[in-house]
Amino acid sequence: MSGPFDMTRRQFIKLTAATTGGLTLGFTLPGCGRNGATPAGEAVFRPNAWLAISRTRGVTVFLAESEMGQGVMTSIPMLIAEELEVSLDAITIERAPLSEEFGSQSTGGSTSVRQGWDVLRRAGATARMMLIAAAATKWAVPVAECRAENGAVVHAPSGRQFSYRELCDDAARQPVPAEVTLKQPEQFRLIGSNPLPTDCVAKTTGSAIFGIDVNVPGMLVATIRHCPVFGGRLARLDESRARQVPGVRHVVVIESGVAVVADHFWAAKQGADALTIEWDEGPHATLDQGAIFARFAALAESDAGEIVREESAPAAPAVQTLRAVYEAPFQAHATMEPMNCTAYVHDGRCEVWVPTQSPSAAQEVAAAEGLSRPREFLNKLRRKIDRAPLQDVQVNTTLLGGGFGRRLDQDFVAEAVQISKAVGAPVKLIWTREEDIQHDHYRPATYNRLTASLDASGNIVSWEHHIVGDSLGKSSGGATHLPYPMPNFRVRFSQADHPVPVGSWRSVGHSQNGFIVESFIDELAAAARQDPYHFRLKLLAQSPRAAAVTKLAAEKAGWGSTGPGNRHQGIAYASCFGSHVAQVAEVSVDTQGGVRVHRVVCAVDCGIVVNPDTVRAQLEGGIIFGMTATLKGAITIGKGRVQQANFHDFPLLRMDETPLIDVHIVPSTEAPGGIGEVGVPPIAPAIANALYVATGVRVRKLPILPADLITS
Amino acid sequence: MTRQLFKLHINDRLHEIEADPGMPLLWVLRDLIGLTGTKYSCGIGACGTCLVHIDGKAVTSCTLPVADAAGRHITTIEGLSDTGDHPVQRAWRDERVPQCGYCQSGQIMAAAALLAETAAPDDNDIDRAMSRVLCRCGTYPRVRRAIQRAAHDQGDAPS
Repeated sequence: MSGPFDMTRRQFIKLTAATTGGLTLGFTLPGCGRNGATPAGEAVFRPNAWLAISRTRGVTVFLAESEMGQGVMTSIPMLIAEELEVSLDAITIERAPLSEEFGSQSTGGSTSVRQGWDVLRRAGATARMMLIAAAATKWAVPVAECRAENGAVVHAPSGRQFSYRELCDDAARQPVPAEVTLKQPEQFRLIGSNPLPTDCVAKTTGSAIFGIDVNVPGMLVATIRHCPVFGGRLARLDESRARQVPGVRHVVVIESGVAVVADHFWAAKQGADALTIEWDEGPHATLDQGAIFARFAALAESDAGEIVREESAPAAPAVQTLRAVYEAPFQAHATMEPMNCTAYVHDGRCEVWVPTQSPSAAQEVAAAEGLSRPREFLNKLRRKIDRAPLQDVQVNTTLLGGGFGRRLDQDFVAEAVQISKAVGAPVKLIWTREEDIQHDHYRPATYNRLTASLDASGNIVSWEHHIVGDSLGKSSGGATHLPYPMPNFRVRFSQADHPVPVGSWRSVGHSQNGFIVESFIDELAAAARQDPYHFRLKLLAQSPRAAAVTKLAAEKAGWGSTGPGNRHQGIAYASCFGSHVAQVAEVSVDTQGGVRVHRVVCAVDCGIVVNPDTVRAQLEGGIIFGMTATLKGAITIGKGRVQQANFHDFPLLRMDETPLIDVHIVPSTEAPGGIGEVGVPPIAPAIANALYVATGVRVRKLPILPADLITS
Repeated sequence: MTRQLFKLHINDRLHEIEADPGMPLLWVLRDLIGLTGTKYSCGIGACGTCLVHIDGKAVTSCTLPVADAAGRHITTIEGLSDTGDHPVQRAWRDERVPQCGYCQSGQIMAAAALLAETAAPDDNDIDRAMSRVLCRCGTYPRVRRAIQRAAHDQGDAPS
């Protein structure tokens, strides 16, 4: 290796802290980047954690985010390539190692581009300036006569040029520029364009490797049966028939269930089917959906709970008050790739190959389960990571066949590690679809009591929202900060424990509260005898970006025009993850209560756009994901267990149910907002509000079923 | 459940494998032969993620016993084209269809089978052929456009 890059950690943090607002995306360091495939002794220009340039490999970008369809394998390299002046296809993308310089690695909350926007462009620009300085020094010409272009530095007056590969040794010896000049938006050539996604060829030829495709020499394949009742455990096991299945090697009892380990998945599954298991169903064996919601309702009627946010200010007198109860059910993630993980615990080491949103959490879990290391709660931003317990644990993150928040939890990693440890071989654990649906970490169910008052002009003078559920953190997003002026405002939360595990589900609290808040706003508009679009627009007068997207969606949808047949429109707005979104849904209802969504017009202001096509794709996908939860199904509990098992009873929206979707992007030079989740929150209320116009029925409970819409 | 020897014609190559006759073709492809482009998702023929072509028809390999696949022409995503340039694959890239990508082998195989049978499918043809393939990311609008594009490109190609 050449001399380490001449920048102290302190300098780098200083350089970056100003732009990240202290969000410690781990940083830098220097020089001795371990770039596996680079020949020993070859110089590597490693100006920062994300970037290495060497003579043989050219430019390598280290990606610390998990690719689950949201496009980070393209958008993140674009940020660096823009400033580095290289083409996207000249970059090799490698998964970042779990090392100190990257800090905690977890992908969620629609944060990748938001957090990377300044930092990664600076990373590219720093390298570009040092490469230019290196070339200028070699030619003994002023820096101002040189420019970077397409992976090379060009000396304009003489036409000479050096490729980055030729310059990497010299660049590594250049001082770090004290100030970095970033390109102006009008100079962007990559940002704002739609290059072929870097994973697109692999994903159209079957060569993309997901977790389920991992193959390790000597590997066995396992599947697991969990107790179907939450909180239950194994009472008795007869494994004799399972062991007779050809190819079955082991039956392993672990804390969470019984695993059958075999030569291949089919043998493991047949073995699992042949197990005779008696479960001790535990204290929740009679729990059902009705009991959970009855308890929610009782808590909602009391004044218990904690006040999450409260504001009060003088307001005009109220002339009418509305009250309503809204319910949101449990929802499963149902990623198309079921939960899986491959693990190998051997010789005091643990290696895992896993499609995970949080490699850092996976590493922590694997260290604890595989090597009995103390479990620290490391996966927190701004927390100094103690890496000692994590030594000897290697996490290899694959592509994810969907994430949507499910793969932030690492239960399947713990299991794979425990099974490998028990059998002393590499083991790929694959959950069946049934286990995946029945042992998810569900979008929390909530029960919501709302009360709001209007003054004589239709202004909202008070708003009270009492949320009851099992997770404040996962149920309050989208309820506590609303864009509409409400001088008297209170959100209360009552904790109602239940044994159904909950997790983050695409857009988290916004996924329920988008429906609840925007439906209730629609109720207020109706009570004020105002058009729901104009009611919102008037209230959003002080929020220009919110008003602009709402207006754009309404205009593009031809708001107010009835359209063909008996089609009706509904509108909703959401502000979340740093972006503004409005949607207009156009629906019709048949005599049996069957709903057809014909068209959804979506307007988004997500600040400056890195990859417009990805923005459109994420909004299309978010709308379709949200439509499944609006119209198709839900997770319900009976006899202590999930009553759904596979796609026949947890149906997803299909091609023939998919509306035309028009996405319109508001041009902007504001900092980027998130995009992976923002399509979800407005779709349920846009549809529900349209159905109110169509039928006069105000549906306050998801999913919306035909029986809800048939008026007697 | 005694194992038997099966001769499978997969992507124009002959594979001899020994398996339980009831073992689904999906797991023969993935775990015995190493063709992992075909994916598992539901195991009950309800999502289409595992579609392959059997004598040109799109079939869910997760519910097809290997015994029923023997002696027939099996095409997987890996064998759809030599270089990944089947008109459907090209159209898929032009329309930027994949998101997570997991269901896309099934989507592409369903689309290729549709176009082999119906050169210029209308929206109803596309709905009928493609509604059996689920996508949680919601790529359906692009799947539709890519099929229309592939049909158009095929129509233009010299025969």
